[in-house]
Amino acid sequence: MRHLISPSDLSVDELDRILKLGQSIMKNPEKYSHICDGKKLATLFYEPSTRTRLSFEAAMLNLGGKVLGFSSADSSSAAKGESVADTIRIISSYADICAMRHPKEGAPAVAAMYSKIPVINAGDGGHNHPTQTLTDLITIKTLMGRLDNMTIGMCGDLKFGRTVHSLINTMVRYNNVRFILISPRELKIPDYLRQEVLEEGNIDYIETNELEKYMPELDILYMTRVQKERFFNEEDYIRLKDSFILDTTKMKYAKKDMYILHPLPRVNEIAAEIDSDPRAVYFKQAEYGVYVRMALILTLLNY
Amino acid sequence: MLNISGLNQGIVIDHIKAGGAMKIYEYLNLEKFDCQVAIIKNARSSKMGKKDIIKIEGNLDIDINVLGVLDHHITINVIKDNQIVGKHTLELPETVTNIIKCRNPRCITSIEPEIPHTFKLTDRKRRIYRCVYCESKFKGN
Repeated sequence: MRHLISPSDLSVDELDRILKLGQSIMKNPEKYSHICDGKKLATLFYEPSTRTRLSFEAAMLNLGGKVLGFSSADSSSAAKGESVADTIRIISSYADICAMRHPKEGAPAVAAMYSKIPVINAGDGGHNHPTQTLTDLITIKTLMGRLDNMTIGMCGDLKFGRTVHSLINTMVRYNNVRFILISPRELKIPDYLRQEVLEEGNIDYIETNELEKYMPELDILYMTRVQKERFFNEEDYIRLKDSFILDTTKMKYAKKDMYILHPLPRVNEIAAEIDSDPRAVYFKQAEYGVYVRMALILTLLNY
Repeated sequence: MLNISGLNQGIVIDHIKAGGAMKIYEYLNLEKFDCQVAIIKNARSSKMGKKDIIKIEGNLDIDINVLGVLDHHITINVIKDNQIVGKHTLELPETVTNIIKCRNPRCITSIEPEIPHTFKLTDRKRRIYRCVYCESKFKGN
């Protein structure tokens, strides 16, 4: 039985297979619409989420399966003090696969240790978000036709942004990918990513707080929100939340074929005027997320 | 200079970072053993300035390698018939459970006390242990 807790649980070959399956589903969703008849997905969301939870539910419904679960810790036994281990032991007998989001880092890894069904990490604190990474990869692969030989700009909260950590960890496995890491000093990538992933792997990267300067070099601009819920101190959040706002003035520096991705939700880091720019693909990205989650569910259920 | 008599048989845990001896004492559960133990704090050291030392008389069945996780400066001398018969360099174990604690306030172990605190050696060269749940680095001595 396989789980997906971290993007590194999947080899490059397995990633490629899932992305290909996702693209095949995208082209012909009808073919897959009854493949999970009689199967159930449990969505265990201890933290609020709109896109990820509904994307998982849509994915299972599109495959002909059913969904059950909870959407906040308050409406689960966690409010009574039940451990993650006990919860997953019970859910294992109710469903065939589960997706878990938890505010504490490592909670899905604990669940996987006690589970009888595949566990998918749907986001654990500021740690990992592997299905967002799959979503990012299928978007880049579908729009650019490749995952190698590119310069990716990551902008915003690179310290707490789990989608950023997961994406860097995954993209370093492809050839000739260069990173421009754009953030305020306080929200730079964690030391372990810099030392053990980028420097250890001899990956070409630049850390900067100048978006305009590096914009012309980017093939992908991955924008992120400064997340209020990750700060222990609200003053820091208020000071940093508007560090980078992407607008039409900044977009003038961008390549004609650069794509803007964002894991969403967006607050104000991308001005609404950008939405009509054909390079803004974040809504398409959210749509692709359903296809790649369908592919992941099928893979973990051994179809 | 404080004098502590030599050991006839036992081990000397030397080069403990000054102030760290009690942590080692507690980890090894030495209070439970019926043997003589000497804890020397702030001993003068040409290499470290100050260091702690623990001398344990008798035979102890303990995994001394985990001491390297707590403090990589530590060296172990094995004493038999008043002579040093072996000097051990500590081999870092691949995983350690319930020896060190994850201090990341965002880790699941911070709210669920029953979860064993397990760390994995992710970089032997730099002696880096990471929590198997949240991947935070253990910041040792």
